[in-house]
Amino acid sequence: MNDAPTLQVTDLKTHFFTKAGVAKAVDGVTLSVNRGEVLGLVGESGSGKTVTGFSILGLVDQPGRIVSGSIRLNGEELVGKPEADLRKIRGRKVAMIFQDPMMTLNPVLRVDTQMIEAIRAHGDVSEEAARERSREALVRVGIPSPDERLQSYPHQFSGGMRQRVAIAIALLNEPDLIVADEPTTALDVTIQAQILYEVQKLCAETGLAMIWITHDLAVVGGLADRLAVMYAGRVVEEGPVDQVLDAPLHPYTRGLIGSVPSHNRRGARLSQIPGMTPSLLHLPEGCSFAARCPRADDACRVMPPLEGFGPSRAARCHHPFTAENDGQEIDLTFNE
Amino acid sequence: MSVFILRRLMQSALVMVAMAVIVFFGIHLIGDPVWMFVSPDMDQQDIEEVTRALGLDRPIWEQFGYFVLSALQGDLGTSFIFGEPALGLIIERMPATLELAFTALLMAVAFGIPLGLYAGLYPDSAVSKAIMAGSILGFSLPTFWVGIMLIMVFAVILGWLPSTGRGDTVDLFGVPVSFLTLDGLKHLLLPAFNLALLKISLVIRLTRAGTREAIHQDYIKFARAKGLSTRRIIGVHLLKNILIPVVTVLGLEFGSLIAFSVVTETVFAWPGMGKLLIEAIQQLDRPIIVAYLIMIVFLFVVINLIVDILYSILDPRVRLGDRGA
Repeated sequence: MNDAPTLQVTDLKTHFFTKAGVAKAVDGVTLSVNRGEVLGLVGESGSGKTVTGFSILGLVDQPGRIVSGSIRLNGEELVGKPEADLRKIRGRKVAMIFQDPMMTLNPVLRVDTQMIEAIRAHGDVSEEAARERSREALVRVGIPSPDERLQSYPHQFSGGMRQRVAIAIALLNEPDLIVADEPTTALDVTIQAQILYEVQKLCAETGLAMIWITHDLAVVGGLADRLAVMYAGRVVEEGPVDQVLDAPLHPYTRGLIGSVPSHNRRGARLSQIPGMTPSLLHLPEGCSFAARCPRADDACRVMPPLEGFGPSRAARCHHPFTAENDGQEIDLTFNE
Repeated sequence: MSVFILRRLMQSALVMVAMAVIVFFGIHLIGDPVWMFVSPDMDQQDIEEVTRALGLDRPIWEQFGYFVLSALQGDLGTSFIFGEPALGLIIERMPATLELAFTALLMAVAFGIPLGLYAGLYPDSAVSKAIMAGSILGFSLPTFWVGIMLIMVFAVILGWLPSTGRGDTVDLFGVPVSFLTLDGLKHLLLPAFNLALLKISLVIRLTRAGTREAIHQDYIKFARAKGLSTRRIIGVHLLKNILIPVVTVLGLEFGSLIAFSVVTETVFAWPGMGKLLIEAIQQLDRPIIVAYLIMIVFLFVVINLIVDILYSILDPRVRLGDRGA
């Protein structure tokens, strides 16, 4: 088709206007996802990953709102669209999968009700046709005896099965983009592996673009094509997943990778990033990671721009770990 | 399911036996009804004759044994005052009370759910705050006082609605009802609202609390992410979840609506069971009091059973097992 990315988010700012002040949950996020591509969006809790996801679907609740920026889906601007138009896009062009499969399906409605309504909200489809499509969607995500399952209530499914149902619902209207907010965090590892495999297959087969929000670098390393690392409401590093994980540019990314337990350093003290995520209500001037960063100096009092490093990588740092200034392999810079 | 119902019925029978014992012996502590039937010029012999005629000369355990034997045959005693079977008198008055209670229940749902939903969806609006303040008043003001004020305002000052009686009735399946005539409806409005006020407040608070909680649940956000219309999200996804506690509580409260109607019926001279009970208490008409209380217990038991069954229909996670209640 065309070369334009499925989703292009530019300088998105979503702020929450609370009584305590303005919380800048998302403060200038820029990212893009292409057809058939999985973008891993990683960062710690409170870094703005989920709010970015909700912003794309236009589901930011009061007192939050998108202050500025642009979200283009297949070239179509979504920011500022009236709610009625956004409703038509949600579930049809962009779908979302949530973290906790125990909570996402309505406990008092049967699965078929919840699937059929998702189809009929976006087109004049007969009940039978919608049921048939629902059945097919269940088969596609690997749910056995779909006819029987359609008649069941969510509590009759296991957690993994429920997440499959949620994915099936997201797939019903063949969207261009799926935003998956930590969809496997609540599942056990074997189920997680199955679901990751199926999602990868789907993206490759259908050209579906996906944003996979997670804090689990191990999951994202095996699944994503590209990685965007978020910190305090901004993307601090972006690039192909292997390059980012093997040679992180940003000190924060390096700290994140260093804090993953591994076989090679068995018994060694796990590296931590000192300090805490800054309060979104009182973000410091300049680089928001400066207070925790071993490389910070006076230059970091000014916010660094998202700068390109080579054709496919970018980072928001005055002192990145590039080949010129950092010959060594990943060391545990953060260990005292 | 049938095992469940059977067990429940057996438990219910036990409750009713316990109730009968408590009521029968308790009532003997609140005065001797013989004194309601004698006049100052009667001599001791006349008084003893009245006592014998009422069966009050026997020891209490013998009276109780006789009561149980007759009760098993469907006879809950004969009213001292009316000289008619107590059960018959109560059943004769029951439609009026049930009509009042059902209307009040309907009002509780019809006003309570929409108002509670509004207050839950827009918690910061001035209207919502007014609704919540109103519900506190509904909770706190005593029923009899509200009844009197309703009569003052709508019957005395404005003269819009009548203050006493049932008005015109028509027979529906052989039972006289008020709500099918305009006059009857006018008579029904004030007492039913008086009785409903507490329940409206209760439903408002329940619905609001349920809405506040459910609106932040993931399944609501997921429903929005599916692109459903707001109407469907609130009308189906939200409402079906918050109806579960509302139905449970309302079902349980329906029994208390019937019991509470004693006050309302007295204020509005509504010719129902409650008014009969108050009169019976004033005249120490023991058989009516006993029969009334046993009827009420019976109603509570039946209503609770219906609520349990309804609950299992609304909430698929509840399946009535045979593990008992």
